Amino acid sequence: MTAPALELDEVHKSFGATPIIRGVDMSIARGERHALIGPNGAGKSTLFHLVTGRFPVSSGAVRLDGEDVTGLTPFEIYRRKLARSFQITNIFPRMSVYENLRCAVLWSLGHGYSFWRFIDRMRDVNERAEAVLERIGLERRRDLPAGLLAYAEQRALEIGLAIAGEPDIILLDEPTAGMSRSETEHAVDLIRRVSQGRTLLIVEHDMAVVFGLADRISVLVYGQIIASDTPEKIRANRAVQEAYLGTVPA
Amino acid sequence: MSEVALKEVATRRGSTAWLRAAAPWTLAILVILVLPHLLTTSFDRTLLIEMGIAIIFAAAYNMLLGETGMLSFGHAIYFGLGGYTAIHVLRFIAAGLLFPVALLPLVGGIGGLFFGLLFGYLSTRRAGTAFAMITLGLMELVVALALIFDHLFGGEEGISGNRTSGPELFGIRFGSQTQVYYLIAVWMLASLALMRAFTRTPVGRLCNAVRDNPERVQFLGYDPSRIRLIAFAVSSFFAGVAGGLFAVNYELMAINSLGAERSALVLLMAYIGGIGSFLGPILGAVLVTFLQVALSDYTQAWLLYLGLFFVLVTLFAPNGLIGLVLMHGPIARAGLLHRLVAPYAMALIPVLLLAAGTIALVEINYRLAIRPELGAAMKLFGVSFDAKGAAAWIASLLLVGLGFWGLRLIGPRVSARWGEMLEEARA
Repeated sequence: MTAPALELDEVHKSFGATPIIRGVDMSIARGERHALIGPNGAGKSTLFHLVTGRFPVSSGAVRLDGEDVTGLTPFEIYRRKLARSFQITNIFPRMSVYENLRCAVLWSLGHGYSFWRFIDRMRDVNERAEAVLERIGLERRRDLPAGLLAYAEQRALEIGLAIAGEPDIILLDEPTAGMSRSETEHAVDLIRRVSQGRTLLIVEHDMAVVFGLADRISVLVYGQIIASDTPEKIRANRAVQEAYLGTVPA
Repeated sequence: MSEVALKEVATRRGSTAWLRAAAPWTLAILVILVLPHLLTTSFDRTLLIEMGIAIIFAAAYNMLLGETGMLSFGHAIYFGLGGYTAIHVLRFIAAGLLFPVALLPLVGGIGGLFFGLLFGYLSTRRAGTAFAMITLGLMELVVALALIFDHLFGGEEGISGNRTSGPELFGIRFGSQTQVYYLIAVWMLASLALMRAFTRTPVGRLCNAVRDNPERVQFLGYDPSRIRLIAFAVSSFFAGVAGGLFAVNYELMAINSLGAERSALVLLMAYIGGIGSFLGPILGAVLVTFLQVALSDYTQAWLLYLGLFFVLVTLFAPNGLIGLVLMHGPIARAGLLHRLVAPYAMALIPVLLLAAGTIALVEINYRLAIRPELGAAMKLFGVSFDAKGAAAWIASLLLVGLGFWGLRLIGPRVSARWGEMLEEARA
């Protein structure tokens, strides 16, 4: 049996004396689209930060393909082909959309800290950046500073930065938050396409998005996973209904 | 369109892009070649040489400040230590070392790079305020150490060398100021071209990314402190080149070349010119050097004027002087610039009144407080007056008041006019 793409083993995180994540076990198989849901303050974003190395875990282990990555820096984890987006838009506001994307494709194409070649002459970089630009539908915004984009466009760029390096595992933190219905549909379509053949972990509040996209769903409540199963079974789960879904008629 | 035709369009577009890129460099070379024929006195030459050195230093500094978002308060260390490295090698040359004097700036650059890597390793792990504070501390440290290691730094008197002691190369011994001028011009163009090229490499772009959002860079596979270190080292190299040229020109390096004043001055140059563009710091270097060299001949208060100027730019032109130029770009392209001439000329009147009043007040105070031995009889703007007399004070204050009032009155109208023109240009 092959190791899961992403595995969390008894992960704990406390801020001072306050426990936020209280022993999370999770296992996501290669190629699976996995959604993480839960009420506000359950620790979903914190869990993302722990997986991606933004915060150190207090105890427990995070494994990618069976390899322990606990305690590695964000860029070391990224180099193991795990990329993420952020809940609060986290782009390069003064750089053009195109430059944002070029910076996001560099490492995965093996260019490292190169300062002896012109970026304009790097064919692979420019082709990949153009492809991502087209994929996220921002061709017409190519040379605009990213900070001047409309909100939904910034969210699209946010996803673009996460997928530009063609990672094996993609973590998306509330990618459709604050979007209109049609923008959400557009974004879901984009997420479905870019996660084809990859492992996806997504935090999302929009239940239509979650149930339409996910192969499996985990429910995080007060720092603990109370259920992890297929969408149908999650929908039928009483504990989940009480803790979370009960607030939204499913 | 056929494929051949498409390709033709592409190459044509490529060649105009190439022309557009080459135009400013050609212009720069022309200016460099013409200037020494127009400005022939020794004073003029010194001014031009100082400007050339300052341009390299300011452009190098902006690799940190404008490109990577790193505010250094002690960048003169790398200028100074580069210069000291060069002057010591120059002394070896005098003692018989076979090394062309024309390559001393490279030695300065290597010296700057060495210390840039050393101190950068310590400082670039942090960003923002912490980084700025570390650079300030390191500068104090280096100045203190330089005073202790007297035999290496020569104390307040400095270390001197002789640039004509080197082997003659193609008949050039750097005996004349003109030869030094061309040496500096060549090094300046080469340095600027290399610095410009650096911004177009992957690391150059990642520097911008680190400036905008260092955290996100981490989630794209790069270590922002490593990128800061590379930017710091490259910037220190070019600061060292500038220091090396300084050593060749003055044949003297003293401790004041690596201290607080030069560190602050380069910050002013970059900021006044505008840190958002490559041209900004170059413009700032030219202007500040002019104020420093030319104005200091006329008035002791030049530093006060420079400070005042800096405050005004920070307040009213946060993107620097180049920012003022660039905000007229769309208007100029639409051919509407001539319609701003009249309102700007109108605004110039109160500006001049305000400036005249301020200058009069400053000069009167300087005379009375700092040079009382020269007496109270003064001459300013061709007017003779008594610095202690009420008339001079009242007239100066009146000028300031009038200028201020006029500006309050005209300023908003001029700025509204600019807005209208911009709207029209965009339509």
